[in-house]
Amino acid sequence: MSDLLIVDSVTKSYAFGGLFGRGTFKAVDNVSFTLEAARPEIFTIVGESGSGKTTLARMILNLIAPTSGTIRFRGTDLNAIRGSRARMDFMRHVQPIFQNPFEVFNPLKKVDHYLFMTARRFAGASKTAEVEAHADAALQKVGLSLAEVKGRFPHELSGGQLQRTAIARALIPGPSLLVADEPVSMVDASLRMSIVNLFRTLRDDLRVSIIYITHDLATAYYISDRIIIMQKGVVVESGPARQVLDNPQHPYSILLKESVLSPETIGEGILGLARHTGEGPPEASAEGGAATRTLAQPRSS
Amino acid sequence: MVKANGKAGNGPVPAEPILSVRNLRAYYQMQYFGIDREVRAVDDITLQVNRNEIYGVAGESSCGKTSLIKTIAAANRPPLNVIGGSVKYSFLDRDIFRMSEEELSRVRWKHLSYIMQGSMNVLNPVRRIRKSFIDFAFRHINKPEREFFDIVARHLERLRLSPSVLKAYPHELSGGMRQRVTIALATICRPEFIIADEPTTALDVVVQKDVLAMIREVQQEMGSSILFVTHDMTVHANMADRLGIMYAGRLVEEAPTREIFANPLHPYTAHLIQSLPRIGDLSPKKALPGAPPNLSDPPAGCRFHPRCPLAMDICRRENPALTALRPGHRVACFAASSEVRPVSEIRETVPPKVAEARS
Repeated sequence: MSDLLIVDSVTKSYAFGGLFGRGTFKAVDNVSFTLEAARPEIFTIVGESGSGKTTLARMILNLIAPTSGTIRFRGTDLNAIRGSRARMDFMRHVQPIFQNPFEVFNPLKKVDHYLFMTARRFAGASKTAEVEAHADAALQKVGLSLAEVKGRFPHELSGGQLQRTAIARALIPGPSLLVADEPVSMVDASLRMSIVNLFRTLRDDLRVSIIYITHDLATAYYISDRIIIMQKGVVVESGPARQVLDNPQHPYSILLKESVLSPETIGEGILGLARHTGEGPPEASAEGGAATRTLAQPRSS
Repeated sequence: MVKANGKAGNGPVPAEPILSVRNLRAYYQMQYFGIDREVRAVDDITLQVNRNEIYGVAGESSCGKTSLIKTIAAANRPPLNVIGGSVKYSFLDRDIFRMSEEELSRVRWKHLSYIMQGSMNVLNPVRRIRKSFIDFAFRHINKPEREFFDIVARHLERLRLSPSVLKAYPHELSGGMRQRVTIALATICRPEFIIADEPTTALDVVVQKDVLAMIREVQQEMGSSILFVTHDMTVHANMADRLGIMYAGRLVEEAPTREIFANPLHPYTAHLIQSLPRIGDLSPKKALPGAPPNLSDPPAGCRFHPRCPLAMDICRRENPALTALRPGHRVACFAASSEVRPVSEIRETVPPKVAEARS
């Protein structure tokens, strides 16, 4: 059992339409990849909205079942997990981190409630002191402490602190896999890198594998080991992150990379080029004048 | 419409202001159990937006960006009250706060329009898009209905939307198309001034680039000015002509975009720029310690001092004023301005200091 997670030709399709014109829509289409247990890594899934990345994450978390294909976690087929004991055991090893930390926590409950509840259910702690020790240990791993969080309501913490608390909660059961769905897109710019750097620490120090779902190619490049790029449910390109992003091959990956705005292109009129995705000069259509006008502005300083 | 080149390098161009905000202060004033509480969301902001310019406002969530633009558009409602200062538009004969609701409604959309963040929340979900166009623009354009829809169709085509979207309900359109419809609504009357509040935050990268390109194109074609608000510095880098950085309700730095990226003087700006991840760059990025302050109880002195690697004694006591250290480049920082050194030297020494911040 050297494989942590095997996703084997997984497809999820949804039916739409009524009596007439019934059709199916493949949200995830024949996706396969493997994470090794011996080598924890940050595995990134990149794609635009509607590309099926969240559906895939939900299947890995066993929240929805694939239409076809199998997902095995440490050799166990997720479909075969029956009964609360087996489910709890699975949840102990695979934990989610969600996008918006402000929505994850109930605003009327204190944040520590979630930490204590997770410690009671998964870490087998029952005495208050034990529960608090578990919560504090997990918070220390993310650079917080129980003293900072205890008795606080979600609105009293910043977005970065809340997201780190959410990660601490996910760490209490001692998971081997975290599934993080757009974990930094709602976090302030000055705190974003603290979360991203934290993932790296978790991988190196706690040897936790992380499935990092994002549409932000820049942070993906910064932390991931391997990457898959999805478009409309299909994996169009996969491989080591730097290699893929430095030199993308598939037209969609190239388009994605070209769409990433960078501070290096200040005043180069890059936004005027949005329509034209790589292939040669902008075609001269009736609207060509309008499309190229923005480029004609000299932007020298 | 050739753009007046108000770029860095050639000093302060005597550009024609379309909006001037002077010492604007707007606080949320609330009462809890008889105790007055004030949240100073907009605190003493002075800025100027020139004709035919995109002015970017950057800052984190809850730094007061949205409060600022609501106040500037006179769309603030209690508990957000204007405490002091003035907001003047060149197309209005007096301060916007002195105008009656009725006078304002004649100006809105026609001269001053607003592209809002969540396009799904802006468009009425139970009305077809054509009805929204009637609601927004019919009385401003003041033409017979057939002619009005000719204008609308031509405008939609210019934004590369098929006029058939007029028949659709908002939920039938994709996120990018809806955002383009809101841009069409905001620009149909060819307003002089457009406020854009995080117009692309909910969109993915490919659509985002498209929508931004469209906003730029419309702006250049109409020669209007945009106050563009987002927290995303990479968007600002490619959109804004000038950039103002907000922190905790105050403007801490303002300069032409190229200048601010090449040569940030405020440690907060320097951090924001330095911590941007880029493709092809693997150098470790530091996160700023601490958290943004609570605006109902902001720290004394400079509001950034608890997180600032350069904080000195004076920063804890006094509030630095926004002063022009170089032509067109204003900054509110004692560390950047107190140095008795030629300005050219500050350029080299300040950013590295931030880089080796004690952690």
